[in-house]
Amino acid sequence: MPTPLLTLDGVSKSFGAVAALQDVRLELHAGEAHALVGENGAGKSTLVKILAGVHGPDAGTISLDGRPLQLSGPADARAAGIAVIYQEPTLFPDLSVAENIFMGRQPLRSLRRVDYAAMRTRAAELFARLGVRLDPDRPARGLSIADQQLVEIAKAISLDARVLVMDEPTAALSGIEVERLFAVARSLRDAGTAVLFISHRFDEVFALCQRITIMRDGRWVSTDPAGTLTVDEVVRRMVGREVSAMYPKQDTTPGDPLLQVSGLTRHGSFTDVTFTVHAGEIVALAGLVGAGRSEVSRAIFGVDRHDAGEVLLDGVRLPNGDTAAAIRAGLALVPEDRRQQGLVMELSVERNTNLPRRWSLARAGLLFGGAERSAAATWAQRLQVKAGRLTDPVSTLSGGNQQKVVLAKWLATAPRVLIVDEPTRGIDVGTKAEVHRLLSQLAADGVAVLMVSSELPEVLGMADRVLVMHEGRLTADIPRTRADEQSVMLAATGQAAAA
Amino acid sequence: MSEPVARIRRALGTWDAVVLLALVAVAVVGALTIEGVASPRFWRFVVLEAIPIALIALPMTLIVITGEIDLSVASVLGLTCSVMGQLWVSGVTSLPVLILLSLLLGGALGAVNGLFITGFGLPSLAVTIGTLALYRGLAYVVLGDRAVANYPTTWTTSAIQPLPGTTIPWMILVVAALAVVFAVVLHAMPIGRGLYAMGNNAEAARFAGVDVRLTKFWLFVASGAMSALAGVFWTLRFASARADNGSGLELAVVAAVLLGGVSIFGGRGALLGVLAAVALLGVLRNALQLAYVPANTLTVITGSLLIASVVGPNVAGMLRERLRRRRTTAPTVSPSS
Amino acid sequence: MTALDTAPAETATTGGARLARRAFAVRELGIALALVLLVVVTTVVNPRFLSAQNLKDLLLGSTILAILAVGQAVVVITRNVDLSVGSVLGLSAFATGAVFVAVPGLPIPLMLVIGAALGAVLGAVNGGLIAAARVPALVVTLGTLYVFRGLDYMWATGRQINAADMPAAFLRMGTATVLGVPVLALFAAAVLVAVGYVLRNHRSGRELYAIGSDPAAARLSGIPSGRRVFYAFVTSGALAGLAGVLHAARFGTLDANAGLGTELNVVAAVVVGGVAIFGGSGSVYGAALGAVLLTTIRAALPVLGINPFWQDAAVGALILAAIGLDRALSARVARSLRERKAHV
Repeated sequence: MPTPLLTLDGVSKSFGAVAALQDVRLELHAGEAHALVGENGAGKSTLVKILAGVHGPDAGTISLDGRPLQLSGPADARAAGIAVIYQEPTLFPDLSVAENIFMGRQPLRSLRRVDYAAMRTRAAELFARLGVRLDPDRPARGLSIADQQLVEIAKAISLDARVLVMDEPTAALSGIEVERLFAVARSLRDAGTAVLFISHRFDEVFALCQRITIMRDGRWVSTDPAGTLTVDEVVRRMVGREVSAMYPKQDTTPGDPLLQVSGLTRHGSFTDVTFTVHAGEIVALAGLVGAGRSEVSRAIFGVDRHDAGEVLLDGVRLPNGDTAAAIRAGLALVPEDRRQQGLVMELSVERNTNLPRRWSLARAGLLFGGAERSAAATWAQRLQVKAGRLTDPVSTLSGGNQQKVVLAKWLATAPRVLIVDEPTRGIDVGTKAEVHRLLSQLAADGVAVLMVSSELPEVLGMADRVLVMHEGRLTADIPRTRADEQSVMLAATGQAAAA
Repeated sequence: MSEPVARIRRALGTWDAVVLLALVAVAVVGALTIEGVASPRFWRFVVLEAIPIALIALPMTLIVITGEIDLSVASVLGLTCSVMGQLWVSGVTSLPVLILLSLLLGGALGAVNGLFITGFGLPSLAVTIGTLALYRGLAYVVLGDRAVANYPTTWTTSAIQPLPGTTIPWMILVVAALAVVFAVVLHAMPIGRGLYAMGNNAEAARFAGVDVRLTKFWLFVASGAMSALAGVFWTLRFASARADNGSGLELAVVAAVLLGGVSIFGGRGALLGVLAAVALLGVLRNALQLAYVPANTLTVITGSLLIASVVGPNVAGMLRERLRRRRTTAPTVSPSS
Repeated sequence: MTALDTAPAETATTGGARLARRAFAVRELGIALALVLLVVVTTVVNPRFLSAQNLKDLLLGSTILAILAVGQAVVVITRNVDLSVGSVLGLSAFATGAVFVAVPGLPIPLMLVIGAALGAVLGAVNGGLIAAARVPALVVTLGTLYVFRGLDYMWATGRQINAADMPAAFLRMGTATVLGVPVLALFAAAVLVAVGYVLRNHRSGRELYAIGSDPAAARLSGIPSGRRVFYAFVTSGALAGLAGVLHAARFGTLDANAGLGTELNVVAAVVVGGVAIFGGSGSVYGAALGAVLLTTIRAALPVLGINPFWQDAAVGALILAAIGLDRALSARVARSLRERKAHV
């Protein structure tokens, strides 16, 4: 092998007491696509931010062409030829798409003026190369996630980057869009760019990449040619142990219908969604990202209003758009985005745990410290939340423990219907199994569980029944016995309406 | 997150203590070095001056904790004064009726703010700059440049009547009672938990069943009513209703709230610190006046205190973070650096 | 570019995008229309409103507010606010008088430079605290509003500087006209065009919009946000300083109260001018138009026979209407952009 284009050696980075990266190494070669895989929380995103110059490493070296490279900011990384496409697009909503692509590098004409015409033309050329129809003059506000991602890709291409880092760029893309992205990535790779590709979809990793680096718990595990690895082996190294006990599903007999959703519609998000969840049942809601699953759960819970249809909880109709009423009726929602929706990061573990039932904890309208503390302590103990003190801000906890606080917060309300949206996203394997055991136990105790999940093994392992959504509509209702990867995927991609 | 950050947070938690300590220090040093500060008359003036600011600062604290701001408060005060004066001139001579109508007016003006902010989803900074001009303008429309000053002297004397055996005006009891109410709402009631939650993260609060919009609406109504109450006091104290009563007071209130440790981004702060800051600024101003320091020097001091109260903790935090990083990097410094 | 083939650009200008673009232009156009309408109605009621003298007075009256509004717009576009401009103006105005008392023969252009430089230094204090100590602009500039004004008072110590203390040529500048246009208005126009040019045509100007549009994305894009915001405050300060010198020339009599309370008028002009209070959009032209509109309203009310006490109320109502309309408009644009997506 020739000298690597970019080398990371012994890189460590910690945030406060949390070590995000420890002694990580990585070598990227020109003309090669390199995959970086690992579970959520393995440190991939931190590594990306170090390459992007957003974080400086606490220790270790980065070198480009064998020479040490100091990145003191994103501008340095860009100057060094490193382009990064983030998981979540970072566009300026008020500015035009063309300007978003060329911000800070706008083509200039005389007197160092920005050449708007040239900028527009070049943006249009980039989109033509990507084979997409996007008006360079429209503002970025209102673009779909997929379109925003395409603008990011156009930006990266326009940089003529020597190193292209893609952090889960395909999460929100459809099949065709992924194909298009891969075509671009391959042609860049063949033109001599080093590509670092981060994805959870192993088929994509093996389709695009020549070598695979695996990370676990902030540490480097292995780097091997893709050809010498199998999916099973990759998973085993990512997880670090066997994963057989992941889905401790107990068999239960469904009881009375607790959650009845009929004809639920929210214009632009989902249409005519009808289903029932019974006591003691775990029903999975599967589908691709953007199919409208989270939107449905938000509308059931009353965070968003719905335009038509109704939600019955144990036969009683829930008022439209009233979260407090839904909570009182015995509904709970563990939302998809822990940091933005599930927790108030600056507040203490105790305050977070007690937030949904702050009214019922009050005596004569007043809250007393002792009652609050013991209520929180009970649940923290029951879910084995590892926290220094209950008065510490919840932001000081690890991802898995944060998720436990979210669960504690909702289980404390003693819900009869529990909606969990991506309950195990971004948490370590051990906690994952605990969460699954907990859900299973809740169902056994007669709670009706609706589980939104994008992880097929989780869906198949946990659910009594699988509902599948495609483009805002329910396309399938598959019982446990007949649910397999193929039937769910077909329904999720709209290719078959299994019944 | 890191231990230093947690430590800074804990230090910030005791910001109330810092402000209280500063208040005591200023009072003691003032009493020892400046003639007159120890006198009962001095404290009477301090309290009289602080009452309207404290009344408005109570709801303002809650509003800023939810991440909003109300800049129209002084104009609500002015409009209340004008309307009260006009009502008096046109024959409403019952004080309780005047007070009641004033409070209703204030609540309605606050409701207009609340409607624009929560109903139409407009930024409170812009809306209340608009109503700042609007309400003050209406105050001029109602009263022009007249002053209504022929209130019965009994009203005036009753408003600033001292507590028996002291020189402290009895109105301080009203302020104290209201302060307790606001403190209980903020610190010991479910609503208060919701206020902090929505100030830090409105979306997560919504997911936890907090009705963000309705709560904010009522906070603005409360802010209007309390400003009106301050207007009533202002009218009675000076026995004068003028359209420009209390003009510019909004900045004094915001300054006290921020100096009291409430984060302008919302989600952090406590009432004790704010009340201590109101008192601190009042004592400082009056004490320096007695010391023949030009009143204007105090303007500089107020501004500097305000800046120091936000810059100080931030710079300390950054220094600590840098120190920590140096410590962790030290053993494995890369050769290139 | 790399070895990829380049196909001819297929630029589909759709209805949604057209509407969005029009909405940007509509802001300034709407204010201009409101202004024209106001002038027309007022002139119909009283034809003398459009007299040369009155127009001159209007322009003179708008000048200082417009210059302040241009500086404020630069700051607001970056999602910040500068509440200290009134105090900076006051300090600079008094400094002008004091400098002329000390050095009676000082050339006028040099005085303009001194005023702007003083303002720039004060703006640098704001910008430095905000960018380096990472504290919110609202708090810092509320603090310096007090500090700068207090310094002004301490310096003035109740003195007043009168027209007699300043060179006659300087005071003439305050009322002189070139081809009927007040010299001061020409200053404002020059400032407006220069700042507008940089914001539109210079990379650093575009970066100000980017910072206001999404501060986190700006950081990730490698935009030197701290430095840009710092210079935005220096600009606002320098323009307020310049406005202070012009204030001295126009009014002749100076005490420490010059520009007291102006900050809210300036923010009002900017908001009415269509600059979003949370940054990222709007233009200095809109802000300047907003300043002219506010001044014209004040001048037109008495002419229309409306009690001049309605002035402030009208301004307040205008601010609410401006932000309300802006909101309604952007909601419509957003909806049409979403619907467009649904059709493709």
